[in-house]
Amino acid sequence: MCWSIPGKIISICGNMAKVEISGVHKDVGLDLIDDSAIGEYVLVHAGYVIQKVNEESAKFTIDFFKKRGTKEL
Amino acid sequence: MNSTDKITIAHGSGGKITNALIRDVFFKHLNNSILLEADDSAIIDVETKRLAFTTDSFVVKPIFFPGGDIGKIAACGTINDLAVSGASPKYITCGFIIEEGFSLTRLEKIVISLAGVVKKSGVKVVSGDIKVVGKGQTDGIFINTSGIGTMPQGKNFGVDKIKPGDKVIISGTVGDHEIAILSKRKGLEFESEIESDCAPLNKMLEEVVKSSSGVRFMRDPTRGGLATTLNEIVQNKNFGILIEEEKIPISKQVKGACELLGLDPLYLANEGKAIIIVSPEDEQKVLSVLKKNEYGKNAASIGEITTAHPNKVCLKTLLGITRIVDMLTAEQLPRIC
Amino acid sequence: MTKYLDEYRDKKVCLELLEKVKEISTKPLRIMEVCGGHTMAIRKNGIQKLVGGNIKLISGPGCPVCVTAIEDIDKIVSLAGFKNVSICTFGDMMYVPGTSSSLSKISAAGGDVRIVYSVLDVLEFARSEKAKHFVFISIGFETTAPTEAAAIIQADRENLDNFSVIALNKTMPQALKAVLQDKNSKIDALICPGHVSAITGTDMYKSIVEDLGVSCCVSGFEPVDLLGSIYKLTELKEENKTALINAYKRAVCPEGNKKAQEIIYEVFEEGDTNWRGIGVIQKSGLKIKEKYKKFDAERRFDIKPEKSIETTECICGDILRGAKTPRDCALFKRVCTPTNPKGACMVSSEGTCSAWYKYGE
Repeated sequence: MCWSIPGKIISICGNMAKVEISGVHKDVGLDLIDDSAIGEYVLVHAGYVIQKVNEESAKFTIDFFKKRGTKEL
Repeated sequence: MNSTDKITIAHGSGGKITNALIRDVFFKHLNNSILLEADDSAIIDVETKRLAFTTDSFVVKPIFFPGGDIGKIAACGTINDLAVSGASPKYITCGFIIEEGFSLTRLEKIVISLAGVVKKSGVKVVSGDIKVVGKGQTDGIFINTSGIGTMPQGKNFGVDKIKPGDKVIISGTVGDHEIAILSKRKGLEFESEIESDCAPLNKMLEEVVKSSSGVRFMRDPTRGGLATTLNEIVQNKNFGILIEEEKIPISKQVKGACELLGLDPLYLANEGKAIIIVSPEDEQKVLSVLKKNEYGKNAASIGEITTAHPNKVCLKTLLGITRIVDMLTAEQLPRIC
Repeated sequence: MTKYLDEYRDKKVCLELLEKVKEISTKPLRIMEVCGGHTMAIRKNGIQKLVGGNIKLISGPGCPVCVTAIEDIDKIVSLAGFKNVSICTFGDMMYVPGTSSSLSKISAAGGDVRIVYSVLDVLEFARSEKAKHFVFISIGFETTAPTEAAAIIQADRENLDNFSVIALNKTMPQALKAVLQDKNSKIDALICPGHVSAITGTDMYKSIVEDLGVSCCVSGFEPVDLLGSIYKLTELKEENKTALINAYKRAVCPEGNKKAQEIIYEVFEEGDTNWRGIGVIQKSGLKIKEKYKKFDAERRFDIKPEKSIETTECICGDILRGAKTPRDCALFKRVCTPTNPKGACMVSSEGTCSAWYKYGE
């Protein structure tokens, strides 16, 4: 029910960031997260960043699904 | 004319001011001997008995968008409708409905765009009309174009010529036009390099038809996008169409915009693409001709005609399952859910 | 390649996961995908057909448009009739039928209805068009609520007088319990909404697992995510275990987004609210607090909507609870279609009936 998409922060100005999604740039609000940085991957929903992408977990998850070797997810 | 000049009601009154506008803007950029006769009707000679005749109206907003404007699309739209019917577009007319207060500079830009397409495609504007309406009675400017094309001898297109096993080709990437428009629409704006694909396809399609006797049918996937147009083709027919998700050409940025706004590229409007249904023997030949043309570089074969699901369009998904692709119901809107 | 998207659409990984699911699945398993976005992703990729006969995927109530009460649509229609009021909305709401009208009909009749991507766009309209009052339709669950709350805080900071919100937001926990406690639903496991969970965290599902014995797997929205979650839930079923699993760790942590949660509850407070087709669920809605009442459109305007009348044959409520499917509805496809919707499940871009109609069963 909540259409949200990952993108990369490419610039920050006050409480707004420019996020890049496959070459498309959108200005979004940063009010909902702290300490954002250029180069970070974030989830964008309805014009705001709602969460940062945990890149380590992302790698773990895809490796898990590829291998299905570990019991714990 | 200076940059502050605006269209007034007088410009539509039919008198000296109207004539000056026609001369200084329309005739200046669209001049040809038939148009300059300025008669009530254009008298034209055609070399064939069978003609194709079409009309379309253009109300696009914003009027100027990345890759084009309402003038460009008004010319391309009608030229392409003739071209996909197998006709050689020859003559078009333009009717303008302009809002009082519209900038004369912007009007001239629009006419220049239209003239550019007309010149490129080898077509002539032979008649036109201007009306001016009061402030607020229209959205800046609306344009209607009607067009005539000659049907070549011995070429027979039609949906009745389509056979099971025929291949479905799209002449390039889908969704570019509508995404270009949306990128500038208030409330939805975003930055991208996406431009409308708006282009006159007549010369490209003439090459295609000349190269292959196996072309069965053509149509341009405008409003409602590829999915809707394919559904129109199979409506009430004893055949269906199966397309493959992985084969549909979509540019990276259009994909990104669709991800951002929650849109399905299959339902987005195109203004410079053609669907070509061709015999399997001539599939590669047609693709080769398309790819040599500036407007067909990303042409791809995306599916085929089948008897497995008559009257329906189906899509083979990434995971190999086949599902229905329905026609667009209402306007596809950006969503958050 | 689009990072954090394309790798979760890897065909080879998907097909391997699918094979593994079919390999281990021997017991009947009814999984509810709570979120409408999951319903669409599942049906768009044909996952419900691919997982095999033992596993049944059932759509849940996580479609904010579907569960917006008809009375609320009628209030919005009424608001649109006020002079100099512009209604701003996400595209999702345009065609939802009220008793006798909808936003698209209002727009067709000359009303000022504007589609926006974000509530931030509405603030921009309010700043630049002082002569109009802009009412934003605030829908969504915990994912969207903080964006709307943040906008209200911003409007308050700027003292924007011509902006208000009709607060129709809902929250998940109580609704999930209501659905699971419905005897007709018979749900064994939940695929939990990934983006709601990004805000709320995963702790709110613990009581569902512990008290109701229903396994929960928080999932992302790509085919690898969904198939991976179905695999984990199948594994649990086969081992006769229940557990809470977070399969969307790249976006979701146990405590969620604390800042977003604080912002929600700075502006909103819990209230009882009416879910279309389900009824009133206690503490499942968000209402604007007294402190921010000047941004509450229901308190700014004297709204007098027409008497609300629901289509009696519509069974959207049973469908949202997972008790029935669109196939069970006498209106589905015969009378109720995307061009002539009788209920919200057909109109919403992620409604169950819309998904079944668009993508087939």
